[in-house]
Amino acid sequence: MFPELFSTRELRKSIDGSVDWLVTNYADSFEALTQPFLAILIWLEQLLRGAPWWAVILGVALVSYAASRSWLLSLGMSALLFFIGAIGLWDQGMQTLALMLVATGLSVVIGIPVGILMASYDRFRKIMLPVLDIMQTMPSFVYLIPVVMLFGLGKVPAIFATIIYAVPPLIRLTDLGIRLVDADVLEASRAFGANRRQQLFGIQLPLALPNIMAGINQTTMMALAMVVIASMIGARGLGQEVLIGINRLEVGRGLLAGLAIVALAILFDRITQSLGKRMSVAQQDS
Amino acid sequence: MKIQVKNIYKIFGNKPEAQLGKVKAGMGKEALLDETGHTLGLNDISLDIEEGQIFVIMGLSGSGKSTLIRHFNRLIEPTDGHIIINGQDVMALPERELEDFRRHKISMVFQRFGLLPHKSVLDNTAYGLQIQGVGKAERAEKAGYWLEQVGLKGFEEQYPHQLSGGMQQRVGLARALTTDPEILLMDEAFSALDPLIRREMQDQLLELQQKLHKTIVFITHDLDEALRLGDRIAILRDGELVQVGSPEEILLKPADDYVQAFVQDVNRARVLTASHVLAPAKLTVTLKSKPQQAVELLKEHSSEYACVLDGTQLKGLITVLDAQRALNDNADSLANYLSSVESVRSDTELEQILPNILSNNGAPIAVTGKDGGFKGWVSCEKLISLVA
Ligand SMILES: Nc1ncnc2c1ncn2[C@@H]1O[C@H](COP(=O)(O)OP(=O)(O)OP(=O)(O)O)[C@@H](O)[C@H]1O
Ligand SMILES: [Mg+2]
Repeated sequence: MFPELFSTRELRKSIDGSVDWLVTNYADSFEALTQPFLAILIWLEQLLRGAPWWAVILGVALVSYAASRSWLLSLGMSALLFFIGAIGLWDQGMQTLALMLVATGLSVVIGIPVGILMASYDRFRKIMLPVLDIMQTMPSFVYLIPVVMLFGLGKVPAIFATIIYAVPPLIRLTDLGIRLVDADVLEASRAFGANRRQQLFGIQLPLALPNIMAGINQTTMMALAMVVIASMIGARGLGQEVLIGINRLEVGRGLLAGLAIVALAILFDRITQSLGKRMSVAQQDS
Repeated sequence: MKIQVKNIYKIFGNKPEAQLGKVKAGMGKEALLDETGHTLGLNDISLDIEEGQIFVIMGLSGSGKSTLIRHFNRLIEPTDGHIIINGQDVMALPERELEDFRRHKISMVFQRFGLLPHKSVLDNTAYGLQIQGVGKAERAEKAGYWLEQVGLKGFEEQYPHQLSGGMQQRVGLARALTTDPEILLMDEAFSALDPLIRREMQDQLLELQQKLHKTIVFITHDLDEALRLGDRIAILRDGELVQVGSPEEILLKPADDYVQAFVQDVNRARVLTASHVLAPAKLTVTLKSKPQQAVELLKEHSSEYACVLDGTQLKGLITVLDAQRALNDNADSLANYLSSVESVRSDTELEQILPNILSNNGAPIAVTGKDGGFKGWVSCEKLISLVA
């Protein structure tokens, strides 16, 4: 038996206490802070659920064509979406799609600047690396408890939990991509008098783009892996179907919802991947 | 005076300033590394580079050439010392002015080209102008002009990875020239190219320089290249300046064994010219001289021949026999008794003179200046002592 060095009970109590204190004093302001995100999510969800199904499929087909310039891929993506509708999960699928889009969008907005900062400041990088490790390995239920306490059940904590889990690969790959930029090329741009901004936007980001796109791809995949957990705290959508299937021991319901999630995963994966491929090819010989 | 380098020291490591005293007190590169773990990059370098010169910096790998050239545009900060360009201390420039200085006054060609892989050849060439904020149309026009100058017309829309090494370096050169800088820094710009292309690029650089008269700092570890391009040559060893001088001085009066080792394998016949083997004429007569005078002069100097000048121009050679013949014929002048003489210009490489000497059966070869004026004879003794 390991000797008790200090009272862990006290430690847990004090952690609980400070979270409680945070909740009682700041829960309202946290919620107010997140209102804009919630508004965007609700707007997007209503848009997707309200639009006729064929319009959504057409939209996805156009986006995939714009990303890949391939009609074949575009057709395949439409078929995947049609499949989700055909197995009767259209509405839930749209809810999940909206959550995914918002979570991915926010991840990009957060992830790329953080990655840039990490590449620029070694000290910040040293701090961030362990933080990223924690974000990726800590079981998500652990931070779901305080997140739910702060924001209540619903969509906002679901977005937060998804971002915490999904943004690290984008941050890492942005940082890596910028670090991998050929030092000779960067030196040449400095020799011609480029300032920090011109170096970043003219050289570093364009050359890091293939890695950043790979990061976005990873982020969408990880975000989809979170949908079941996110639905436990009130995100609805396909994850909820899976949960119901588990609770009622309805294998069929769970399986169909699972297949719909896989379909969405393939959709996001192929679109972001072909966009990334096309961008890195365009860099070299357009 | 264009560029003045004043007592530049560069120490690499964690606390370079703390080691400066030791270096100034005379500690060498190896001792510094052993004792403190710091690398001595440059040790008290002072140089003057004249406007319009090609100034070559030479040295073995690790001697500090790249480190030194990166001080001119302050890509590397010195540990101590100053670089003064047109009276302005580059080390004192604040960030903004430094960027401005790099944009307009100085540009650089890199050993590994340093082209931007995501931009077309035209956009690469126009990069300096883009940084300056010049409009698109003007950029395209100027970049197009310089691409044509380096022989890359028609490749504007290609991307760097589609070009050969030699072509990529031409883009690098065009890019550096497009901002019309006063100073051009070239860090082993031709070292990555194969010998034929390299020679072509050297010719092209010399040709451009004839028109442009830039101040060029050129780095190489190849003595042939240094001698071919350099108006002056500086030699670095372990971060110290060993010798600065004209190509001839480096070749003929190496300062120490290090420089000697550098120059001993060089093909002097390719580097030295007729002016290095010039012997002044002992005896000249003018075209108007009487045969009588010529015969007397030749006898007096007991010489077999004399050269005959009209003003400064060489007309030919008069031998003792021919002068005697003219005297016997009671001729007015020597004009009809001259024998022709082989001549070379003073900037002709020795390599090209050697065959002439062999085919000439020991007859003298005259050396003339650029204007055709007579300067003297090729001295076979000098030639042999230099080339052998
Ligand atoms: N950033 C750096 N940190 C530590 N040491 C350095 C750094 N840059 C250069 N040095 C050292 O300074 C010395 C001179 O290097 P430099 O690159 O100037 O040599 P060079 O003459 O250009 O060689 P080469 O012909 O191989 O290009 C070397 O001993 C090198 O190890
Ligand atoms: Mg070098």
